[in-house]
Amino acid sequence: MIHSETRDNLWTLIAAPTIWALHFLVSYIVAAAACVPNVAIFQAIAGPRILIAVITAIALVAIGLIFWRARREWKGHGGGSVHDTDTATGRERFLEFSTLLLAALSFVSVVFVALPALFVADCR
Amino acid sequence: MSDATTGSGGAGGLGITEADKSDPATPKFPYPPKPATVGASHVNQDDPEVRKAQEERLIWVWDAPKGWKYWSAVNNTEVGLWYTATSFAFMLFAGVLGLMIRVQLAVPENDFLTGHFYNQVYTLHGTVMMFLFAVPIFEAVAIIILPQMLGARDLPFPRLSAFGYWCFLIGGIFVCGSILFSAAPSGGWFMYPPLTTQERFTPGYGADIWLLGLSFIEVASIAAAVELIVGTLKCRPPGMRLNLMPLYAWYVLVVAGMILFAFPPLIAGDILFELERLFNWPFFDPERGGDPMLWQHLFWIFGHPEVYIVFLPAIALLAMIVPTFARRPILGYSWIVLAAVGTGFLSFGLWVHHMYTTGLPSISLGFFSAASEAVAIPTGVQIFVFLATLLTGRVIFSVPMLFVSGSLAIFVVGGLTGVMVALAPFDWQAHDTYFVVAHLHYVLLGGMLFPVVAGVYYFWPMLAGKTLSDKLGKTAFWLMFVGFNVGFFPMHFSGLMGMPRRIWTYPEGLGLELPNLISSVGAFVFAAGFLIVVFDVLRPRSKQPYAPRNVWNAGTLEWLAEQEDKGWGVRSIPIVTTRYPLWQQKNFVEDVDMGRFYMPDAEELKRETMVTSVLDAEPVQCLRVPGPTFMTMWAAVFLAAVFIFATFHWWYMTIGAMVLATIAIFVWLWRGTALIPEKGEKDVGLGLKLPLYVSGPKSVGWWAMFITMVGDGTAFLSLIFGYLFFFTIHEEFPPAGMAEPGILWPALSLALFLAAWIASQMALSINKAGGVLLARALIGGSALLAFAASAAILAGPYFNGLDPVVHVYPATVWVLVIWTAVHGAAGALMLIYCLVRSFAGRLTPEFDIDIANTALYWHFMAATALIATVAVALLPLAS
Repeated sequence: MIHSETRDNLWTLIAAPTIWALHFLVSYIVAAAACVPNVAIFQAIAGPRILIAVITAIALVAIGLIFWRARREWKGHGGGSVHDTDTATGRERFLEFSTLLLAALSFVSVVFVALPALFVADCR
Repeated sequence: MSDATTGSGGAGGLGITEADKSDPATPKFPYPPKPATVGASHVNQDDPEVRKAQEERLIWVWDAPKGWKYWSAVNNTEVGLWYTATSFAFMLFAGVLGLMIRVQLAVPENDFLTGHFYNQVYTLHGTVMMFLFAVPIFEAVAIIILPQMLGARDLPFPRLSAFGYWCFLIGGIFVCGSILFSAAPSGGWFMYPPLTTQERFTPGYGADIWLLGLSFIEVASIAAAVELIVGTLKCRPPGMRLNLMPLYAWYVLVVAGMILFAFPPLIAGDILFELERLFNWPFFDPERGGDPMLWQHLFWIFGHPEVYIVFLPAIALLAMIVPTFARRPILGYSWIVLAAVGTGFLSFGLWVHHMYTTGLPSISLGFFSAASEAVAIPTGVQIFVFLATLLTGRVIFSVPMLFVSGSLAIFVVGGLTGVMVALAPFDWQAHDTYFVVAHLHYVLLGGMLFPVVAGVYYFWPMLAGKTLSDKLGKTAFWLMFVGFNVGFFPMHFSGLMGMPRRIWTYPEGLGLELPNLISSVGAFVFAAGFLIVVFDVLRPRSKQPYAPRNVWNAGTLEWLAEQEDKGWGVRSIPIVTTRYPLWQQKNFVEDVDMGRFYMPDAEELKRETMVTSVLDAEPVQCLRVPGPTFMTMWAAVFLAAVFIFATFHWWYMTIGAMVLATIAIFVWLWRGTALIPEKGEKDVGLGLKLPLYVSGPKSVGWWAMFITMVGDGTAFLSLIFGYLFFFTIHEEFPPAGMAEPGILWPALSLALFLAAWIASQMALSINKAGGVLLARALIGGSALLAFAASAAILAGPYFNGLDPVVHVYPATVWVLVIWTAVHGAAGALMLIYCLVRSFAGRLTPEFDIDIANTALYWHFMAATALIATVAVALLPLAS
């Protein structure tokens, strides 16, 4: 178990919100490209919406994996929400717990951002 | 003296027998004390004589210069204080402008201000509050308290802080002063084109003053961001792992990171904007293929994160104040980290909510609306963490806590109206009305001004050794709190009744008279309250006794500060094992004061601080930091001259100032950076020896270069974004029949850039291996290749006759190639600098900071060249 663990650092901490940012950017570009130059505003944009659904699924799986990994290792280090011990494990557990929280926030935010593509069918 | 006779050092055993004033880390003060001859591990620290000698040395080394030379100081305490005072001065100036707006709007059909002057007043009010107060106050406060909080003697680049300050001061005076000549910008703080790009709408220099003055100040912000990121990551005390860092430091890290990604798009936008104003390049002119929407995108990609750049550091002050007065550690440390990092990211997905009425498709608006709602989650988490900490503690009520409670109350109202205006259909109704004015003032004053005043009351004893008046503080608070709500709450109603923003007057009979009059009264009550704070800070208090040390009984390191300020920052650099060492570590203050931790001395009379590793703060270096100098001021003055002369189109003087600024910066670097120490490593006490010189990824300079280039790369990518933006909005881009730069020149340029890049990397490794001659040849060759590459990339559009005035396509191509060529030339200058340093013996195989940092620059340069050449050469083939 110990051997399969990742050593957490500031980059692993921000991995999940970075995926959120990429998902956001790609969704925005896909929609913008589909609706520019915005002449046929009533035409359905099924293709771009499916594309957004696909990248949403990919982003959610990736964030879910980060969540799952962080949760498993955090539990493995004893869990809990207080991480002020002066040990490398304490620091590791803190980073894992924070990663877990950020992954949860990113997951919800990706779902939020995907919703417009679920409800809006054209370029109006 | 006992330290001269005990131990094994012997006379001159530490490599220095007297103050070496040629070293910038040794200040050029008179009467230096004798250097120590024994390393810190080998003295008897319990001997008062030893400690006295150590303290004399530390005080002499870290003292601020006296007399007129005081202004050459670079200590974080001095620079931070100037910075804070200056931002408050600009704030008062902008506050007066705000009151002028309220006087003008107090009654209908008022003629207190003319329409034209009113436009200048509100534009400058917003601009100054945002750019000259809200963001700089973060940098100012962080420069003062961050090193204290991290038990560091100073930040890693004290001269960079001073340079940033002088840029800020000069640029700020330039922008503010313009209104005295009725020449201030008048297009609103976001300067939308075409209102601001066309002479017939906004004649005069106003828009140029805004663009150039603020671009210059943005340089200062990015400098501060670099300083603060490196400071937080690399200058923590030993043992302060990431999970033990004060929450303030987490916020500083997040906010400085945000500055790095938020300001560069604005700088890119400023470049395009200024090229349009000065040279008629049509980036925002639809008649020639441009689009004003691009400016709105670039401005708000900066502008929305900026709200959080302003808000988070103020909330960070709350995260320090709340535990102190709740008498317990913060509850939910990880949740605050979640909130800070989460908000930092989400805030970049909100920018279009300022553009809901521009006609973008609903699906696009929906993304930004969704993200705007999502950001309420981490923001709310912070509020609940504070409430939970207060509820589970034993709260002591005091003036700082009053302001904290006021800020939470006001901010929550602003947050709730924020959730309302984040919904596009609601915003369509409220856009550009006083509802939005009310919302943004609730957010900014509740989220930033009240916490900052709480911080002033809280940290004042740490800075000045004396407390501010409780009585005045309470009066000030109630005047401010009541005045604010009376002033701004009615604006929600006047806004929904249809009162538009930025209009200099309004007619009678619409029912707007009463809410406006109430607002004006409230604004003056608020101002009276703030003036009491100003009076309390400025009143003479020589008779007032010193407050006890750590007057609030707080738990974090900044409260080690003694009543009478000693420049050294901290007596010895402590080993930290808890989040609140003053509460949780036994005998801590005494051990620090007795010099029982690291670096209790400045043995060689040089300014030093400790550098540690990122994750666990293990000691890695004893960093020599340079002392007082006027060179940073000169660099700022000349750089300011570049921007100011350009504003008035005095081109020869602009170029002259550019040359002088470059020289000043190189002199500063030559004298003050990458100095070869007199010995390889130094005894820092407790049996630990640390190197004095490290290069590459272990050094702070390498990180500073890396972080700067991330910001620089973001600006470049913003230009690329503009290029692709034009590509997507045009049916044909480049338009048929338009001249193109071709494949040949860009390809040649790319080949030359890549060759220069490879040569610079080889120079680094060959120099390290001892091949000095070959390394020099490679450095020189690389510089020549860089110049040739820069010329080649310009040759493409030049020889193919691309005229930037006729259409946005050639203009955008020119911007990309000029950006790349300027960076290539800068890269070449850095290589030449390395070459000269090598010949001067300041760059050797062992001491190679200069070439290591230059080689890092060249990684970014190669990426820039690759993207730019591919973009200009291949995009025409795609359409």
